Amino acid sequence: MAGVSSKEVIAGARSKFDPTALLRLPMVIPCLLIVILLILGETASPGFASPGQIVKLLTLAALLGTVAAGQNLVILGGREGIDLSVGAIISFGAVIAGNIMQGANSMVAPALLGAAGAGLGIGILNGIGVTILRIPPLVMTLGMLGVVQGALVAMTRGIPSGNAAPALSDFITQPVLAGIPGILFVWIGVGFFMAWLLSRTAFGYRIYAIGTNERAARLSGVSVWRMRIGLFGLSGFFAGLTSVFVLGYTGNSFIGVGDQYMLPSIIAVVLGGTPLSGGQGSYTGTMAGAFLLVILQSILITLQMEEFGRQIVFGVTLLVLMLFYGRQLRLRV
Amino acid sequence: MTRGAGISAFSAFFRRVDLARRPYLPAIAVTLLLFSLNGFLQPKTLRPVAIAADISTYLPMILLAVGQTYVVLASDIDLSVGGIISLVNVVTVSVMTALGGSHGAIMAGILVGMLVGIVCGAFNGFCVAVLRFQPIVSTFASGIVFAGIALWVLPQAGLAAPDAYWETYGDNLIGIPFVLWILAAMAVTVALIAKLVFSRSLLAVGGNIQSAYQSGLPVPGLRISAFILCGLFSAIAALCLIGDTASGDPLLGAKMTLGSVAAVVLGGTALSGGRGNPLGSIFGAVILGLIGSVVFFAGVPFEYQNLVQGLIVLAALAGGVTIARR
Repeated sequence: MAGVSSKEVIAGARSKFDPTALLRLPMVIPCLLIVILLILGETASPGFASPGQIVKLLTLAALLGTVAAGQNLVILGGREGIDLSVGAIISFGAVIAGNIMQGANSMVAPALLGAAGAGLGIGILNGIGVTILRIPPLVMTLGMLGVVQGALVAMTRGIPSGNAAPALSDFITQPVLAGIPGILFVWIGVGFFMAWLLSRTAFGYRIYAIGTNERAARLSGVSVWRMRIGLFGLSGFFAGLTSVFVLGYTGNSFIGVGDQYMLPSIIAVVLGGTPLSGGQGSYTGTMAGAFLLVILQSILITLQMEEFGRQIVFGVTLLVLMLFYGRQLRLRV
Repeated sequence: MTRGAGISAFSAFFRRVDLARRPYLPAIAVTLLLFSLNGFLQPKTLRPVAIAADISTYLPMILLAVGQTYVVLASDIDLSVGGIISLVNVVTVSVMTALGGSHGAIMAGILVGMLVGIVCGAFNGFCVAVLRFQPIVSTFASGIVFAGIALWVLPQAGLAAPDAYWETYGDNLIGIPFVLWILAAMAVTVALIAKLVFSRSLLAVGGNIQSAYQSGLPVPGLRISAFILCGLFSAIAALCLIGDTASGDPLLGAKMTLGSVAAVVLGGTALSGGRGNPLGSIFGAVILGLIGSVVFFAGVPFEYQNLVQGLIVLAALAGGVTIARR
């Protein structure tokens, strides 16, 4: 290869140029779609893609993106990994955090610990059910969803309770540095943590290993069940973390506050290029997926469409987007 | 001596019960257990009138769970059944009202409703089997579309169904409640489908889709048929709900989707496909209903009912999966 100049390599690549190959790069599609949607939004309603507006959209994406981090880990771990309980954990954590906080700035840290700890605990229970009791993740987390919702009713009797501290609300919604709210710095932090975890640690490599071929990973000495409990624990932890952000964003906690995050967290992962079969994908993609989803929802609201129109366009767009993503394998003889 | 013989006969009986071939047996046992417990807690629930009322309450979920089973057997999943229920519900009531509420209008409404269910199912099947979308994401998205169309057809709940419709539904036919006729008709249909080669082919697809394809089975066609059956059964569930509520409601189905998946699993069908039976799902749906009833009659304080119910359902799901694996 020593005699080949870079120009020749590029020329060689260009001679076999295939536009669909470009589309198969993991990050290209979501980023392309984000740009297209922002342009669309700006044309439909000038000011949609202004910096201030984009920061608002990113704030919403940060909430979805944080819970999707845990979802991403569980899905990457394979064996039909999925966590349907994240929505309920967010509601649960928001109620716990809100009641610990009761609007007092000094109680933010204990509230954060309480919510994240509760999420971690629920996640570990999910992991134990999936590994030791060998219940399929969909079933286990579906059952857990019912339990957590029941616990919420028992705790609150259906009455909204607990308030966010002013400091927390400011951190989530108000700019702290260069016009950017604190939540975005947290999200960037989550992004770096996930990138480090997935590409710089043995734990991260093992996630891909068990997601690609669990049997091979086990035979190479990976403790699969311990890994998987860890993944579900992290998913619960991230959902617990998100619950505090959601509490800061909405100001108070009520029973159904987290429901709207359950399925979108899965969609964000899929739009980010991680197939539900696991074993491949990255959190950077998921971040783009979360942003994409938030922009899409926001455009539909901006267009002042009625509820039915929003739902139909949202669903159809998701279906069209699916054309570009990891589909099931073609059947061959 | 006699006692030892009794135990060995007992265990021999259990060895003869082949759970791999009859994965629905635990569900039947749990149903009987919960039913007796319910009768013990509140003897009035054992009266025929109460049983008929129970069946009428559980019937929509039973139908939905049976439909979901066919999809799950082929190792797919349909998260759009709630959307289909909402759509069929509002379309049927709107058609009946628009045509004046006569007997002909009611028949037209029923037929159009079933057709809507079939079309929704065919659409799902096309997305999953032909376009090769991931079933969870695809049916979630199509469910949003169906629910959106339902809101477009009828923006608000409350359009009344013709009196003749729900009066017939709640009445007796030749001395037997109408809902029992529907249940019987469904049981016969399920039994007939079970006799078809279709059922066995579906199990083959769910067991190993690649080998099913290589042995010449029309895999896409089978998966689409399963989704169509699911759409049709969801439509019939929606028709029963109209008989219950006597009105159109575009948000009716939202809460029922995950329940149908739980009922299928409780009935001993594996979510990974290839093993299971719609018969089990019937009992799975009944179990879900009976758990709520038992918790209510056991006098659990109001605010703890959901929690206790959730814990029992989780335990039942875990137990069902564990037993089915043996």
